[in-house]
Amino acid sequence: MSSTTSAPGDPAQAGQQDIAIEIEDLHKSFGPLEVLKGVSLSARKGDVVAIIGGSGSGKSTLLRCINFLDTPNWGKISVGGEQIVLRADGTPANRRQIERIRTRLGMVFQAFNLWTHRTLLENVIEVPVHVLKIPKADAIAQARVLLDRVGLGDKTDTFPAYLSGGQQQRSAIARALAVNPEVMLFDEPTSALDPELVGEVLTVIRDLAAEGRTMLLVTHEMKFAREVATHVVYLFEGRIEEQGPPEEVFGNPKSERLKQFLQSIH
Amino acid sequence: MDALLDILGLTEAARLLSLSPPGWGMNLLRGLVNSLQIAFGAFGMGLVIGLFGAYGKLYGGPVLRDLLAIYTTVIRAVPELVLILILYYVGTDLINKAATMLGHGRVEISGVVAGIWVLGIVQGAYATEVLRGAIQAVPAGQIEAARVFGMPPFMLMRRVTIPAMMSFAIPGLANLWLIATKDTALLAIVGFNELTLETRQAAASTRAYFTFFLAAGALYLIVTLCSGVVFGRVEKWARRGQPSLREARR
Repeated sequence: MSSTTSAPGDPAQAGQQDIAIEIEDLHKSFGPLEVLKGVSLSARKGDVVAIIGGSGSGKSTLLRCINFLDTPNWGKISVGGEQIVLRADGTPANRRQIERIRTRLGMVFQAFNLWTHRTLLENVIEVPVHVLKIPKADAIAQARVLLDRVGLGDKTDTFPAYLSGGQQQRSAIARALAVNPEVMLFDEPTSALDPELVGEVLTVIRDLAAEGRTMLLVTHEMKFAREVATHVVYLFEGRIEEQGPPEEVFGNPKSERLKQFLQSIH
Repeated sequence: MDALLDILGLTEAARLLSLSPPGWGMNLLRGLVNSLQIAFGAFGMGLVIGLFGAYGKLYGGPVLRDLLAIYTTVIRAVPELVLILILYYVGTDLINKAATMLGHGRVEISGVVAGIWVLGIVQGAYATEVLRGAIQAVPAGQIEAARVFGMPPFMLMRRVTIPAMMSFAIPGLANLWLIATKDTALLAIVGFNELTLETRQAAASTRAYFTFFLAAGALYLIVTLCSGVVFGRVEKWARRGQPSLREARR
């Protein structure tokens, strides 16, 4: 965290130059169902924002709207100070801008989504080589370092299907890191894992937080959120119900709904 | 060797099938080459049409989707023999009319090119459905993972969708290839010298129907067996990274 006076997550007070992500009044509906009803959120460089909430609260949709996997109906999104240009109906006006911004975000999915026809090494170098046009030898060297770092240095030539869920998710994190993202987006990274495999993935994420990576983390692991997050956002039915530092949100929740939510999962 | 043929009573057959005249072996092989040429061309054209057709059906606008639905429905509804007659005669007629209008004389249309076009259009309709199914079988997450890292659409198709759908498409495409090799026989009806027509001519001239049609059957079988080996390898490559069902059961 770069400043102690302004509250993280408050767009008005954060300094302009160190803003990593800024979302303003985001709306998203699937047909008649309004999933996001005006969410504003910002993260400065180095922030770890944990997004919590019950199922159907819109937390995954919020993450997916940031890189336009789901197209928002209304709202402003900017990444690293660059605002995404939208048409009146909310669709992005410039496909290339979206593609460029996507390469600055590293997404990790609940279901890993590794490319099954490529080995771990091939998975990690795919985007650097083909999208970012980094020389292949450099990309391979970097990929080996990253896979080493997530503890899979000896599995570089293995196909994903032959690995455990935890190993697959750690490779997916390496793949996301390979684009050297400004912000990492984690969409429930441990929800599809067996309980004994959750720890190894959380360890990797914890290390990333410790080195000051900016992260948006949708999670059900409350203990973990409390430990690594610099800011916690509680979503309820598409709106931010309560937010603040983890000690406040978890230790002294103000909203009745958040109290109930925290009780229901403990 | 001669003695062996004699014992088996095959001396006459060997003479008829010999590669040098008066044997008809060379004619049969020439027919086979023509057949394979058309099958290759038609299969390749079918793949290209099929890929565009599948993408059009999945991602195209309503007009394109309707047009493609008409194409695949009509082509797959009409017997291939009828289609070949229609497309061949109507096609050559149209080309000739166009040539006359532009002030050229009648155009001689090569049998191979006509055959490739006619069978290619038929193959394209079936390939559209095979590839559409294969693309839909690719887990959505694989495509999302590519989009999320900023892959442009064409690269996504080349680097992710096509390799990922291959293992689903290969069995269907292998079927289509075998059908293509045998559909070439239908072109005999428009007088194209592929294997079946060559066989019929040889048989009619020598009255040795059994010998020649059995030989032609053996040639088709050899093509099928070789194709099986090739497709087996391709499928193994396409399925790389996916544990086989037998492994998974263990």
